[in-house]
Amino acid sequence: MMMLVAISACAVCLLMALVRTMLGPTAFDRVLAVNSIGTLIILGIALHGFIMERPEFVDIALLYAILNFIGTFAVLKLFSTGSLGDAPPSSKN
Amino acid sequence: MDGQMLITILSGFFIACGVLALLIGSLGLLRLPDVYCRIHAVGMIDTAGASFIILGMIIHEGFTLVTVKLVLIGVFMFFTSPIATHAVAQVAYKSGVVPVGRNLARNAGAKTTKKNAVKSNGVAKKTGKTKSTSRGT
Repeated sequence: MMMLVAISACAVCLLMALVRTMLGPTAFDRVLAVNSIGTLIILGIALHGFIMERPEFVDIALLYAILNFIGTFAVLKLFSTGSLGDAPPSSKN
Repeated sequence: MDGQMLITILSGFFIACGVLALLIGSLGLLRLPDVYCRIHAVGMIDTAGASFIILGMIIHEGFTLVTVKLVLIGVFMFFTSPIATHAVAQVAYKSGVVPVGRNLARNAGAKTTKKNAVKSNGVAKKTGKTKSTSRGT
């Protein structure tokens, strides 16, 4: 019962974060909203596994937690340095 | 029967706390005026909401392997989400997003003052070293 309430709240919060992703003025608003969407999806996957009585979904939630962290840092590194690889950018001032 | 009822009530209470934090944080993400204010709201989603909901699921599940995985998710998110929001704030400040507030004039010249501060800091370190050596002798 409470799990259904929690997954419904996750859906509502996901809609709000999606609105912020669409109309965020700067790119950092969008990164932040996508990060919170990832967190809400992790919670939603775990709650869905509990509702459907299939606890294998918790593994997928753990994988998503790691991917969310790495993805946020990759996008932020791209914004701050201008490249993702180990080659430093030419405009280094 | 009684213990089952207690477990249900406790897990429901913790999940309700998490849902409250989730809704407040998401409303703040939608309504607050600035990137830095929104970072404040998202931190509430990431730590309070996720931790309380995972704690409720742990109490609901009991001692199984799923609990270990949930504890792993909870610890990982508890440590990585503040790092991610801190990195967002740092990159936004370095790339010139000015915070909304009263001290706009001070933040507008932050880049040049930062460079000067770094230079003067290095000079101060050198002078401090010489001073300490002279004191030692």
